[in-house]
Amino acid sequence: MAALISLVIAEHDNQSLKAATLNAVAAALQISSEVDILVAGNGTDAVAQAASQIAGVRKVIQVDSPALADQLAEPLAAQILSIAKNYSHIWAPATANGKNVLPRVAAKLDVAQLSDITRVVSPDTFERPIYAGNAIATVQSADSIKVITVRTTGFDPAPATGGSATIEKQSGDAAASNASSSSFVGRELTKSDRPELTAAKIIVSGGRGLGSGEKYQEVVVPLADALGAALGASRAAVDAGYVPNDYQVGQTGKIVAPQLYVAVGISGAIQHLAGMKDSKVIVAINKDPEAPIFSVADYGLVADLFTAVPELTKALS
Amino acid sequence: MKILVAVKRVVDYNVKVRVKSDNSGVDIANVKMSMNPFDEIAVEEAVRLKEAGMVTEIIVVSAGPTQCQETLRTALAIGADRAILVESDADLQPLAVAKILKALTDKEQAQMVILGKQAIDDDSNQTGQMLAALLDIPQATFASKVVIADGKATVTREVDGGLETIALTLPAVITTDLRLNEPRYVTLPNIMKAKKKTLEVVKPEELGVDIAPRLKTLKVEEPPKRTAGVMVADVAALVEKLKNEAKVI
Repeated sequence: MAALISLVIAEHDNQSLKAATLNAVAAALQISSEVDILVAGNGTDAVAQAASQIAGVRKVIQVDSPALADQLAEPLAAQILSIAKNYSHIWAPATANGKNVLPRVAAKLDVAQLSDITRVVSPDTFERPIYAGNAIATVQSADSIKVITVRTTGFDPAPATGGSATIEKQSGDAAASNASSSSFVGRELTKSDRPELTAAKIIVSGGRGLGSGEKYQEVVVPLADALGAALGASRAAVDAGYVPNDYQVGQTGKIVAPQLYVAVGISGAIQHLAGMKDSKVIVAINKDPEAPIFSVADYGLVADLFTAVPELTKALS
Repeated sequence: MKILVAVKRVVDYNVKVRVKSDNSGVDIANVKMSMNPFDEIAVEEAVRLKEAGMVTEIIVVSAGPTQCQETLRTALAIGADRAILVESDADLQPLAVAKILKALTDKEQAQMVILGKQAIDDDSNQTGQMLAALLDIPQATFASKVVIADGKATVTREVDGGLETIALTLPAVITTDLRLNEPRYVTLPNIMKAKKKTLEVVKPEELGVDIAPRLKTLKVEEPPKRTAGVMVADVAALVEKLKNEAKVI
């Protein structure tokens, strides 16, 4: 059997390594003892340094090029492809970036991609949710190179420290020669001092029961402050414009699994449940006792959220 | 400018699917099928671009069994000009569909392809990116705004931290996110009109495409059930439970 050598694509913003990388490394380590990390960006010394500390990593390949600064799919895929043949498995966390670039790599290699895996069964067999998590498929790949995105909530993160991988700098020529067809225009990131949604230990999410963006600010935000929590929302709340898109928890938004998930005024559409039902403890506060959210909640409180949530905030402050 | 829109026939989003008792898959016999919601957004976007004078012809494509003709007729009723069904009863996986769409994009000389970011059945989120790779053209996934001008598409994308905007040289592939637009309701006159539009049926072999599946589904199971917990009477009881029982705060 061919050697099982893994490449994990690091998630980063050129300044810091994102925690999702650790979950992807953990998945890779389940079958490979040789795991390399590709840090492709621009000015990524701190990222490469952090990646080299991850327990179990053999080598960090650092590629800096202006063409890679914004993680555009075309140059990033070209860079990955320039070293892809050295690996049996290519992994990325199933983040917006990972989902964007990896199928491009798979198509160029003429192999299938395994999306959003939640379990490694064997080197060629994986579990992944389908139908918004209403079924779990076990799928086997016949391809020579397995290209895989990892649902981060499916794997406990690899320890961020304890490793001492070598850092090897490589040229960004492959990226640079593929950089002309798309260009970066701008970014409007939600500014926040809170924990990142997908890495938070506690999340407070608001739904349409809040009625407006003002009420979200008045009711949900103070509770999140009291708990040191990240802020989330249902699709209905995002569609209604209460909060920005990146707050959305659900099948097509972010998949989260914090220690504590507090759902405020969220009815619990299948779509939403798919994104949070793996949370350790779920609390639901809703005035409708029939709301589906109560079917997954560990603790349910049927109450008017406009009185119950401020009361809860006060009790926790 | 010609535009190609890809649509998939999937189990309607309101149907709660059931896993078959022999674990071979989910039971889709006798359940309502509809156009993948993200693809419906793609059709709507193409029609809006045509209404704005940016697009001359919208060709809608589906790959799958003969019943996909219904899905294509829906797209024609929304406003696509003609349809192509690549008919096959095989298990068409994202790479195979991307190859089919590449062949059609080349044949039709389409300047843009729009499709949903993922299908709500297999949740793969791959086909658009794979198509862009096979065509060697740029991609903009998870689009929430598309502006076409001067041979370029400027696309706002929904990413993890918020939004980002990129500019693509055409031809390009765009995949849609939920907030790109709200698809219109199809009207009866438009349904009648759609029946008269051209719907061509071809086989994958005629396109010279390898559609062999690469992934084998060994089994499909129910996810672990999460059982409902307890209802608490008031906020004080909730705080007590979280502190002393769950120990999460």
